[in-house]
Amino acid sequence: MAIWIEEDAKVLVQGITGKQGKFHADKMVEYGTNIVGGCTPGKGGQTVMLQGKDFSVWNTMKEAIEATDADATVIYVPPPFAGGAIIEAADAFDSIKGKGVVVCITEGIPTLDMIKATAFVNEKKGVRLIGPNCPGIITPGENGGAKIGIMPGHIHAKGRIGIVSKSGTLTYEAVAQTMSIGEGQSTCVGIGGDPVNGTGFIDCLEAFENDPQTVAIVMIGEIGGTAEEEAAEWVSKNMTKPVVGFVAGMTAPPGKRMGHAGAIISGGKGTAEEKVSAMEAAGISCANDPSEIGKILLKSLEKAGLR
Amino acid sequence: MNIHEYQGKQLFKSNGLPVQDGIHCKSVDEAKEAYNTLNSEIVAVKSQIHAGGRGKGTLYNPKNGEKVMEGGVKIAFNLDDVEKYSSSILGNKLVTKQTGPSGKIVNNLYIESGCSISHEYYLAILVDRELKMPLIMASTEGGMDIEEVAEKTPEAIHKIHVDLSLGLLESQINTLCTNLKLNNDSSESFSKMIKGLFSLFIEKDCAMIEINPLVRTEDNEMILLDAKVGFDENALFRHPDILELRDLSEEEPTEVRANDTGLSYVKLDGNIGCLVNGAGLAMATMDVIKLYGGEPANFLDVGGGANEEQVKTAFSIILEDPAVKGILVNIFGGIMRCDIIARGVISATQALDLDVPLVVRLVGTNFEEGREILSESDLNIHTAETLAEGAQKIVALIGGGE
Repeated sequence: MAIWIEEDAKVLVQGITGKQGKFHADKMVEYGTNIVGGCTPGKGGQTVMLQGKDFSVWNTMKEAIEATDADATVIYVPPPFAGGAIIEAADAFDSIKGKGVVVCITEGIPTLDMIKATAFVNEKKGVRLIGPNCPGIITPGENGGAKIGIMPGHIHAKGRIGIVSKSGTLTYEAVAQTMSIGEGQSTCVGIGGDPVNGTGFIDCLEAFENDPQTVAIVMIGEIGGTAEEEAAEWVSKNMTKPVVGFVAGMTAPPGKRMGHAGAIISGGKGTAEEKVSAMEAAGISCANDPSEIGKILLKSLEKAGLR
Repeated sequence: MNIHEYQGKQLFKSNGLPVQDGIHCKSVDEAKEAYNTLNSEIVAVKSQIHAGGRGKGTLYNPKNGEKVMEGGVKIAFNLDDVEKYSSSILGNKLVTKQTGPSGKIVNNLYIESGCSISHEYYLAILVDRELKMPLIMASTEGGMDIEEVAEKTPEAIHKIHVDLSLGLLESQINTLCTNLKLNNDSSESFSKMIKGLFSLFIEKDCAMIEINPLVRTEDNEMILLDAKVGFDENALFRHPDILELRDLSEEEPTEVRANDTGLSYVKLDGNIGCLVNGAGLAMATMDVIKLYGGEPANFLDVGGGANEEQVKTAFSIILEDPAVKGILVNIFGGIMRCDIIARGVISATQALDLDVPLVVRLVGTNFEEGREILSESDLNIHTAETLAEGAQKIVALIGGGE
């Protein structure tokens, strides 16, 4: 099952002719992702060679989806144009299929552009936006799987742990931690570190709760905003599966942006302490150190009779 | 990116928003001249730094640390007052609730005409991250610490969320005016002002506009007596005019240089430098250093695709901080291969004659080769398999921790 993205999902790449887009499209094909082509305005009709095979390029997302019946798209478009690329993709999926997953990797999109883009996507009920400023989403398979983003594919294995995270490399840590106790992943979702993004923690937790393949979840938060607190409240009311957590930024000073545009404690809000205490109050077992996630997850699985 | 109050007021004025006349000064002589030019009996002498709480701050002599004056914003009734206050402010260190104990040297002054105040309000426009909409916050409790108001009397803060496809609605403005208990005349003035201010927020991609206080005069005019304006750094590419307002002297020079080279760096007060790929992992690395009894000297994210050169720049930036007694490198090789990072670490330590202990933790793509390269070098590099082990090792090596 997994969530939102099946192992054999058909995937388009927006910005496939750019340096980043081409590099990562190649890595996705290498992993086994079912890439069906790409989209770059003005480059329609060209082809791009990935792993020794030619892939078609279209001018617009509408043409690309009509030609390929794609299920998802991944955006590697530079920040000034990424908000527009999200809107184009959401519109095309909505009008042609009534559904689709839009994954935006781009970092540095203006906040107001994201406010407009998320408002547009929210109107298209069958369309889901993941990111921006995120590593993407991966559903590992028996052989390969669907890797839609920039994460290193080889560290993953198909399994029953769902992962949701605001951070990139910290997600990879979480993946490695599940592997250290002999567990694989159902789906890993990077929701991104920007102040305004698409899919949030609660969307992921709800989907994992309803996914028969997933038995437990690792949730990685970081300072800034109140998404973790809201997710904790949702967990306490709705979640039956065990959730293990970690929040980065206990030592972050207030008022300073810590790398991610959204990682800032402002007006005394968004501290790691508040988040961890809300999560623990909701029954989420939190690690103080990411190297302990595996151990805590194992304990939770044992307690739930899953090991 | 933040700007000074005087720059914010110039921006307001050029957009037709109601501000008092004021003059930006960099010396006592300029301040005296400004007083004469403004021709206002009463003026405010305002310290210009990128931090709030100026009025309740304290000025210190940066050389001997002696207290010079209470309050970074003063009301002057004559030329002598202006001279006295401006000479007590300029060149001295202003410590406020927001600057931290190290404070900030005041290099800029704003001399502003006084006005007759009937009531002080609070007004802010920002982005509500959770609802993904611009948010206008207003309160009748102006001139006070708004965080305190939010905590003690949250009902005194009124919030309006603006749907960008509809824009700011008349009905929303009316609601605000009612909530702020404004009469007809002042409602008219408020309505015109809030429309202009909200347009400016959108047009210039602001991250925040905070006016504390917004005042109502005895003539029922609303005046923006304060201006704290911040911009979305991701949107500066389309606002070259705003970028020109950046005052680099208000920022940590190392942070500016790091950002220019594509690194994300924040200086902290500890003594263990860290070099990490990824913002979340970089924060987690700081946290784990602290967990094992050490103190992180910095946040440093070399980014997902760090190369040898960036690793070297990162080392040199960390070592600029004389407090650094040891360095922890924590890399999760994804797209970036650990063997390349290992070579980068070796060439950086050689080029920079590194003389503090170094612990390197490499995991992910090609980590075996990476570790082999490090252990084969004759340099004094310690390796670790987990973040916890790395943190414990570096804390032990610098002789810190409990």
